[in-house]
Amino acid sequence: MVEVIDHDVVIVGSGLAGLRAAAELLSTNRGEGLSLAVVSKLALMRSHSVAAEGGTAAVLYPEEGDSLELHAWDTIKGSDFLADQDSVWKFVTLCPEEMRQLERWGMPWSRKPDGRIAQRPFGGHSYDRATFAQDKVGFFEMRTLYDKLQEYGGWARYEETFVTSLVIGDGMFTGCTAIDMKHGKFVYLRARACVIATGGAGQLWKFTATSVSTTGDGIGLAYRAGLPVEDMEFMQFHPTGLIPTGILITEGARGEGGHLLNSKGERFMERYAPSKMELSPRDVVSRSIMKEIAEGRGFKDEDSGLSYVSLDLRHLGREKIDSKLPFIKELSMKFVGIDPVEDPIPIKPTAHYTMGGIPVNDSGRVLDENMREVKGLWAAGETACVSIHGANRLGSNSTAECLVYGRLVGRDILAFLSSQAAGSPETVSQDVAKEEARIFDGLMKNEKADEDVYAIKARLKEVMDRSVYVFRERAGLADAVREVRDLKERFKGVRVADGGRLFNYNLQDVLEVGVMLELAEVVAQGALNRTESRGGHSRLDFPQRDDASWLKHTLARRAEGGPQFSFAPVRITMWKPVERKY
Amino acid sequence: MDKITMEVVRSDGNKTRYDLKFRKGMTVLDALIEVREKQDPTLAYRHSCRMGICGSCGMNIQGMPRLACQTQVSSLGKETVRVEPLHGMHVIKDLVVDIDPFLAMHTFVKPYLIRQDLKERDRSDREYRVLSEEVERFLQFDYCIMCALCYSACPTVALDPYYLGPQAIGQAYRYMADPRDEGWEQRVDLLDEAQGVWRCHVAGSCSLVCPKDVDPAKAVQMARMEILKKRVLRKRAKAGSPLVSVAPAAAPKQGTKAPPFDFRREGT
Repeated sequence: MVEVIDHDVVIVGSGLAGLRAAAELLSTNRGEGLSLAVVSKLALMRSHSVAAEGGTAAVLYPEEGDSLELHAWDTIKGSDFLADQDSVWKFVTLCPEEMRQLERWGMPWSRKPDGRIAQRPFGGHSYDRATFAQDKVGFFEMRTLYDKLQEYGGWARYEETFVTSLVIGDGMFTGCTAIDMKHGKFVYLRARACVIATGGAGQLWKFTATSVSTTGDGIGLAYRAGLPVEDMEFMQFHPTGLIPTGILITEGARGEGGHLLNSKGERFMERYAPSKMELSPRDVVSRSIMKEIAEGRGFKDEDSGLSYVSLDLRHLGREKIDSKLPFIKELSMKFVGIDPVEDPIPIKPTAHYTMGGIPVNDSGRVLDENMREVKGLWAAGETACVSIHGANRLGSNSTAECLVYGRLVGRDILAFLSSQAAGSPETVSQDVAKEEARIFDGLMKNEKADEDVYAIKARLKEVMDRSVYVFRERAGLADAVREVRDLKERFKGVRVADGGRLFNYNLQDVLEVGVMLELAEVVAQGALNRTESRGGHSRLDFPQRDDASWLKHTLARRAEGGPQFSFAPVRITMWKPVERKY
Repeated sequence: MDKITMEVVRSDGNKTRYDLKFRKGMTVLDALIEVREKQDPTLAYRHSCRMGICGSCGMNIQGMPRLACQTQVSSLGKETVRVEPLHGMHVIKDLVVDIDPFLAMHTFVKPYLIRQDLKERDRSDREYRVLSEEVERFLQFDYCIMCALCYSACPTVALDPYYLGPQAIGQAYRYMADPRDEGWEQRVDLLDEAQGVWRCHVAGSCSLVCPKDVDPAKAVQMARMEILKKRVLRKRAKAGSPLVSVAPAAAPKQGTKAPPFDFRREGT
């Protein structure tokens, strides 16, 4: 029998956006009269946000020359004009407060000589506005928020609890089902408000910077509940993923003055973006690297078979590397045995950030296919698509987004709860029993099942790396769609080999891969549909941006036989799209 | 070396052996992933970031608590890699241990900025001014990824489950050393106890196993020193105390460096 647990608010996901929302809910009136649950499939401080390295964008000192207009313009130009401009404006106005709020809660920001918060240059930003704490920004932000939450009692933590479905009836959220791994229980968390903050889907690719846990769970939850997902074909490939695993070498390395070199020792960015060079937006730099490699000016790693170029930090000197980029040094030394003081670091573009996600409005409320609010449901951070990043996110805008929208969502939920009388506990929806049956009778007791989930996952990642990478073209994408559909067929016979209840990671892997396949289909099909090149989506067969046909957001909804696509207009309120040059 | 054997202690206490092909650059985590994906889907271990920053994959490898993701198989120098759950902690399944008691200690030491005026603290329109050298005083202790390796390595924790442990004391000290914090008195009351800083007998194993060079043993010593100083100052403040005329050298000298815990400047 399902255990039913009641709360006012359930936050699913404990990265920056989730913890910031929780901090907002708890720091207002010290959480009096509020029953909050924070749910994560990991322990709360383990989320992928800890891996963010370089900085968080904010206009801290306008009196010195930066401005909100400039931050907004950089973000919109960086997005290749697919961002919704009114949302970008709201976003940039709230970033500075977040930097200072975290500072007041203990964040160890790096400092200017006079004790104010320091900032560094970052790709695509025309002012030094990446606020940083060494090169572990996400980690310190997570620690600050996690520690902050320890100040408050009265909230419940559901760690290592994997949410399997959202229960939505009549356009209203009523609860979510979850597997409590530690106790081996299937539970129904019933609540008046829910925040989905589970991050992106970087694990669809093999060469990826993201944590193993970044499997797009939350985006999948919405998609499987019949809600639309937006702009999923736009995936950001970060230029500097460490060979051979793809883990991240921060853009801050170039912000501090690092160079990209090809096998002839040339700073090749000169050919592609002479004014911004290495500090061009990520889509531009990633394409440049892949062109160098395609034209035979890369290196080849014999062990992994991967081609790469070099990130050279040697001229920065030991002292600067040790004080500003200690984590980069640690990663290079521990994972590939290279000391960046002595040798260049081998890198190539790595799957990094999901620009698309669950469509939300400016308060983070989840929208349905008619752009109406789903009552009681919010999404924030990488999971959500506002859209402030459009077709390409600028570095240091993601951690800022998590903080800004985490807070906005927290505030909006407080307003929502106070405007509503607490309802009496309803009957438990039929959907809960159905979900339990899907997992524990369907998946776990499928006796004819013989497909290996790990073989399916490995194949999916190969397909995505091969055909849905930095450069894309029709034949490859069509192949990818076909292959993903085949894998979906195979998945119907997937075998859960572990019959246990406690920490059944094998079952969790199966549930994750089920979602990954559905999202991969949306990504590949969306990329095939979009016959233009814009931001992170670059088609060799359609190299130009096509505003006449494609200045619009993609929406995909789940249907029998695959995703159904529709489109939504881009809100252009400040600047008309122009050619994007750096 | 072209093949290795992973010898994993399972929930039932038995060892299971898995033979794998060795690849250059293979970490213990890579090997465990390969075991779960190719040989035994029931093997339970935690992992997430693969890059030594999330703190999930602490386990006992070749007799030492380590992070699996940043332990190169080749560095162990043996073809058989022995992997066990972290010692001194309750095993839930295979390599997954219960970290709740460890996390509870962290929460217990009030790991957040304490100010007398909480409303003033929570405002978001201006920052406190802090100098780089003041950040340096606590930054090292802020590197803690809560992996629990130090907790598992500590011989005192093994004997006394009520001892705060190196991680929690390190985190208490991190906030005590922060010039923005005013929670000194409250934390001293938590640490100046038989099962607080005085329980440590300076084995130093916490600092030895820490994967992020936090050096919790140093934090324990620093906290002790500051508590002793504080005791002296408290006693002196009491009228008639025999310590009134004792050891003026213990007081911070004027005109040198700012005293570490008396810093309440604000931004403009």
